[in-house]
Amino acid sequence: MKVLVPVKRVVDFNVKVRVKSDGSGVELANVKMSMNPFDEIAVEEALRLREAGKVTEVVVVSIGPAQASETIRTGLAMGADRGILVKAEGNAEPLAVAKILKAVVDAEKPGLVILGKQAIDDDSNQTGQMLAALLGWSQATFASKLEVEGSDFKVTREVDGGLQTVKLKGPAIITTDLRLNEPRYASLPNIMKAKKKPIDDKNAADYGVDLTPHLEILKTSEPAGRKAGVKVKDVAELVSKLKTEAGVL
Amino acid sequence: MTTLLIAEHEHEKLKDVTNKALTAASQLGGDVHVLVAGGQDAKAAGEAAAKLAGVKKVLVAEGEAYAHDLAEPLAALIVSLASSYDAIVAPATSRFKNVMPRVAALLDVMQVSEIIKVVAPDTFERPIYAGNAIQTVKSKDAKKVITVRTSTFAATGEGGSAPVETVAAAADPGLSSFLGEEVAKSDRPELTSAKIIVSGGRAMQSRENFAKYIEPLADKLGAGVGASRAAVDAGYAPNDWQVGQTGKVVAPELYVAIGISGAIQHLAGMKDSKVIVAINKDEDAPIFQVADYGLVADLYQAVPELTEALGKLGK
Ligand SMILES: Cc1cc2nc3c(=O)[nH]c(=O)nc-3n(C[C@H](O)[C@H](O)[C@H](O)COP(=O)(O)OP(=O)(O)OC[C@H]3O[C@@H](n4cnc5c(N)ncnc54)[C@H](O)[C@@H]3O)c2cc1C
Ligand SMILES: Nc1ncnc2c1ncn2[C@@H]1O[C@H](COP(=O)(O)O)[C@@H](O)[C@H]1O
Repeated sequence: MKVLVPVKRVVDFNVKVRVKSDGSGVELANVKMSMNPFDEIAVEEALRLREAGKVTEVVVVSIGPAQASETIRTGLAMGADRGILVKAEGNAEPLAVAKILKAVVDAEKPGLVILGKQAIDDDSNQTGQMLAALLGWSQATFASKLEVEGSDFKVTREVDGGLQTVKLKGPAIITTDLRLNEPRYASLPNIMKAKKKPIDDKNAADYGVDLTPHLEILKTSEPAGRKAGVKVKDVAELVSKLKTEAGVL
Repeated sequence: MTTLLIAEHEHEKLKDVTNKALTAASQLGGDVHVLVAGGQDAKAAGEAAAKLAGVKKVLVAEGEAYAHDLAEPLAALIVSLASSYDAIVAPATSRFKNVMPRVAALLDVMQVSEIIKVVAPDTFERPIYAGNAIQTVKSKDAKKVITVRTSTFAATGEGGSAPVETVAAAADPGLSSFLGEEVAKSDRPELTSAKIIVSGGRAMQSRENFAKYIEPLADKLGAGVGASRAAVDAGYAPNDWQVGQTGKVVAPELYVAIGISGAIQHLAGMKDSKVIVAINKDEDAPIFQVADYGLVADLYQAVPELTEALGKLGK
C-alpha cells in the first residue's frame, strides 16, 4: 500500500506573527518557514507504517510557491521516498487544495492519505475532510492512534468528550492530532540522501483546478490587545482582589 | 433567506454551544431552522430546541448512524436538506469540525471556519495564526457553510415554540463504523460552558498532583478543569482538557493558569477570558503579560493556600 502525505509550508510555530499596518495581511518577509507541525506528525506516522512493513511507499506532496520544495525536502529527509510539488501562486484555499489533491490521488492511487488536522496559519481544519468528500472516501479526523487492518483502518480519535474509536473502510483519509506520535528529526546523512530523492514538478493548471478564491479577504487586523495587570504579593491579596476588585468570587 | 443550524446535543439534552451558535445564525438575518440528528433520544433534544427564541422550525432526524458522530452519514443527511437553505451553520465542536467541511466540499463551497463575528450576512471575522490576527472575509458562495467559535457569542434564551418535524434519514454510505468510546464522566462543568476554569501545566509533574492540587481548587470554585498541551502530552491530564489553538477555546469569567508558561498556542485558547489569574514561579513567564492578577510563587505552596483561603470564604 502506498501512503500520500500532503505537507504545507507555514510560518514556524515559534514565530509570533505581526499584522501589516495597512491591514493587507501578516508580515511574511524574512520570517522563518517550516513544515506545518501536524504534517510532521503525518509524515512520521506514514514512515512508521512503512517501517512496520504495512506500507510500501511514502509520497509527500505540497501545493504552494516554488519554496514549498524545501518543505518537501524536509519530508524526504525524515525518510519519505519521493515528492510532488504542485506550484500555485497566491493563497490556495482548502477547497482548491483538496481538488488538486484529489487529482493527485487519482493519479497515484494510494490506499491511505494522512493529512494534518489543521494548518497553523489559516487554522481552517478543512482540507482532509474536503478531500474525503471529493473522493467519496471514509474519514477519521484528529487521530491519536492508527492501526492497519488489511486494507481497512482502526482509528482512535480525540473528540470533545474524550476518545472515540472507529473502523474505516479503505482507502481512507486520516488527519493527525498532537498525540499520534512524536516526529523524528532528520539526521545529517538523511538530509544529504534526501537531496537525491526525486521531486515531481507540477502546476495547479496541469490539474485543471480553478484557484479563484471563494472567500475574499477584505482585511487583516490586530486582535484586541490585553493589558498586563498587576502582580499580587501573596495569596491573601489575590483572594481579596478577586473578591472586591474583580468581583468573580 | 433561511439558515439551517445544526444542533449539538448529548442524548436528550441540548448543549449550550447550540444556544450560542443560534445567536450567530440569527445574526445572518433570515429564518432559522434547527436540525437535531441523533439516536432515539434526538426527539427530546428537538423539543428543547423548539423552545429557543427565534427558531422557526425544528427538524429531527433519528438514526443509529447519527448517534455515533460518524462524518459520512451525517454529511449525507445535511446535504440532502441543503437545497432549502442559504446558509448552514454549526458550532465548532469536534463533531462539526469533522463533518462540516465534508458538507462544504459536497456542495462545492468554501467553509468559513470558526467565525467570531457576523459583519454582514456574507462577511465574517475569523481568527488566523492562533488568534494573532483577525481576518475579515466575504464569502462569494451562494450557499454559506459556517462554523461558529461559540466562546465569542452570548447564548440565546428560550421563548419560542417552533413546530417539530421528523425528516427521513439519508442513505448511509457505509464507509465507517463505530467501535467504542472512552468518555470521562464528571460532575464538573464542561470547559466550553464553565464560568470558572482552573488549568494546570507541565509544572504539575504528574496525574496525582493534578488530583491533589488542581482539582480541589477547581471544586472549591465550582470550576471546570483545563490543561496545557504539555500536561496532556505527558499524560497528567486527559486530551479533552487541553485548552489552546488546537484544543478547546474558552472564555470564562475567571481563568486560573497554574504552572503554565503562556505559549502563543495556549493563549489562543483562553486570552478572551474576562479575568485571568496566573500562578508561576518565573516572574518573566509570558502568561503574566495577559494576566490581570499574577502571583509569582511556587504552586505547591500557593495553591493549597488558595484552596484553604477560599474554604474560609465559605466556598
Ligand atoms: C502545532 C502546535 C499546537 C499546539 N497547541 C497547543 C494547545 O492547543 N494548547 C497548549 O497549551 N499548547 C499547545 N502547544 C504547545 C505550546 O507551544 C507549549 O509547548 C505548551 O503550551 C507549554 O505548556 P506549559 O506551559 O504547561 O509548559 P512549559 O512551557 O514547560 O511551562 C511550565 C511553566 O511552569 C512554571 N513552573 C515550573 N515549576 C513551577 C512551580 N513549582 N510553581 C509554579 N510554577 C512553576 C515554569 O516557570 C513554566 O513557566 C502547541 C504547539 C504546537 C507546535
Ligand atoms: N497547500 C497545501 N499543500 C499541501 N498540503 C496542504 C496544503 N494546505 C493544507 N494541506 C493539508 O491539509 C491539512 C489541513 O489544512 P487546513 O485545512 O488548511 O487547516 C494540513 O495539515 C496539510 O496536511
